[in-house]
Amino acid sequence: MPENKYGLIAMFETPAEIVRAAEAVRDAGYKSWDVITPCPIHGMDRAMGVRRSLVPRFSLAGGILGLATGMTLIWWSGAWNFKLIVGGKPLFSPLFAFPVSYELTILFTAFATLLGLFLLCRLPRHYHAVMKQAHYQRAMDDRFFVVIEACDPLYDPAGTRDLLAQAGGREIAELEE
Amino acid sequence: MDSAEPAIVVPAILEEVRPAVLPRPVLVEHHRDFAWITNKICGIVEGPTPRWWWICFGVALFVASFTVAGLTYLVGVGVGVWGVRSPVNWGWAIVNFVFWIGIGHAGTLISAILCLLRQKWRTSINRAAEAMTIFAVVCAGIFPVFHVGRVWLAWYLFPLPNSNGIWPNFRSPLEWDVFAVSTYGTVSVLFWYVGMIPDLGVLRDRFFVAGKRLRAFLYGLFAMGWRGSNRHWSNYEMAYLILAGIATPLVLSVHTIVSFDFAVSLIPGWHTTIFPPYFVAGAIYSGFGMVLTLILPLRAVFKLEDLVTQYHIDNMCKITLATGSMVGYAYMMEFFIAWYGANPNEGFTFINRAFGPYAWAYFTMVTCNVIVPQFFWFKSVRRNTAFVWILSLLVNLGMWMERFVIICTSLTRDFLPSSWGYYSPTMVDIFTFFGTFGVFSTLFLLFIRFLPLMPMAEIKAVTPQADPHAGH
Repeated sequence: MPENKYGLIAMFETPAEIVRAAEAVRDAGYKSWDVITPCPIHGMDRAMGVRRSLVPRFSLAGGILGLATGMTLIWWSGAWNFKLIVGGKPLFSPLFAFPVSYELTILFTAFATLLGLFLLCRLPRHYHAVMKQAHYQRAMDDRFFVVIEACDPLYDPAGTRDLLAQAGGREIAELEE
Repeated sequence: MDSAEPAIVVPAILEEVRPAVLPRPVLVEHHRDFAWITNKICGIVEGPTPRWWWICFGVALFVASFTVAGLTYLVGVGVGVWGVRSPVNWGWAIVNFVFWIGIGHAGTLISAILCLLRQKWRTSINRAAEAMTIFAVVCAGIFPVFHVGRVWLAWYLFPLPNSNGIWPNFRSPLEWDVFAVSTYGTVSVLFWYVGMIPDLGVLRDRFFVAGKRLRAFLYGLFAMGWRGSNRHWSNYEMAYLILAGIATPLVLSVHTIVSFDFAVSLIPGWHTTIFPPYFVAGAIYSGFGMVLTLILPLRAVFKLEDLVTQYHIDNMCKITLATGSMVGYAYMMEFFIAWYGANPNEGFTFINRAFGPYAWAYFTMVTCNVIVPQFFWFKSVRRNTAFVWILSLLVNLGMWMERFVIICTSLTRDFLPSSWGYYSPTMVDIFTFFGTFGVFSTLFLLFIRFLPLMPMAEIKAVTPQADPHAGH
């Protein structure tokens, strides 16, 4: 049958089971796979071998941009474009410019963090093959899933299925694209 | 020199000593499992609208119309319809602004600061508290915009090119306020939304399975396609932590900047360095008062006792007690410095606060802010939910009075007795302010009807059932 297979999905019932299963899949050497949980599970990142998130880099870039924007805006408007002496004070000082720049730092960091989150997760993506699993809404509720993609070099319909079964997976099913 | 070391005598009891096992507080009672949590919270969104909701919504809309009417009348007729006139050129509008912004700060404290402090009990209340923050900022923002007089020129507050070619004065805390409050509102909305993404996914899938395609589509739109992938949770947790980390200095800076509106002036009673920490502590105090006012009835009506437990109520009361005590300490310090500093104007201002024409406001303030929170020392009080609710209303009253006392007593009697006066609000002032409670209630009722009241994913994550090492 020439359907495009996305991969295999297996259901687990407790956090302990899913962590052990994730370790088994990681140790077997799979790279294109994922774990689906209703809430973040402590220790799952290590069990999967997922490296530290790259979101902070976006946040830092946003923060630096925000600080620069604030200082530049205040310098340009008050010491370049329309030089107005207020209270006999200097046209520009990082001290009086600080509160607004501080707020803009935070604002831009927040936007950059959100942008980074969406970009790194490749969201919004309203459709994904895993949603076809028969009991998918329980993935958001109280069940845990392991998904191994067919495009992984180690993927083998029988062998991967065995691995998941040995790890304790239930309702192991093939997902269509 | 001793060649043999004296033998160390190990008491036998040491063999039996083990470190104390501190029991973790139970955050969700009766060992509720994930499915129960999901059903409980989604049930509120999925179920039919209760009749009490319609009644409250109708009343809220009616009260909100007072604000709409008041503001329309203000812009239509002119600034004279408010009570502001010399010497009090800043009256109820600024009091209301600081009041509402202060209330918002507790939401951010619960979401962001308690997150950084790893206080897991925050999970039951943080979404409702963040919603409270956002709606409080909406109510607060009305006042600076409308108190400028020529509201159609309020956009001058932002550094946008205008026909005069002039820019805002960045040396002024009033301008800093524009950026602070805008940033605070925006970041609060972003933080609230990011927190909701996984829960919107839950609702999307439940509506889809139940056949309600339109609602599934609408919730799904905002869920961004969230599918619970751990690779996503990894980024999500990091983003959440970063947002919490930046929201913390944000909330501290916003009310500091608001306090600078007063502190940078010369008026006795205003020109004092105590204002930033004093205002921030007061804001958190008033915000927790409002959180208690909102959460306790919701807990009773929606039967959320297993999720908002006595432990949660105890903690909220204790934080209210702590911040209320800080506010009380600040009052004592102000009096002390007024006496010790030997500035006759400062000394007079504080005597005037307690015994002048606004003494009624002053003693209400002291009763509600210093005496009322002390009740929370007693466990029997904290267990009496109805009494806690009444005390929370008094907290809100007291904090409004505090801002009123600070602003009006200092302005009505400043340096020259020839400038002295008395300030009274007009009916327009009063209706506009009470109407904002209607605006707030309308928004909050819409929130509890259509959005998940509590963060399901976060609550699940702090239950023992989510611990993969449980039992090991």
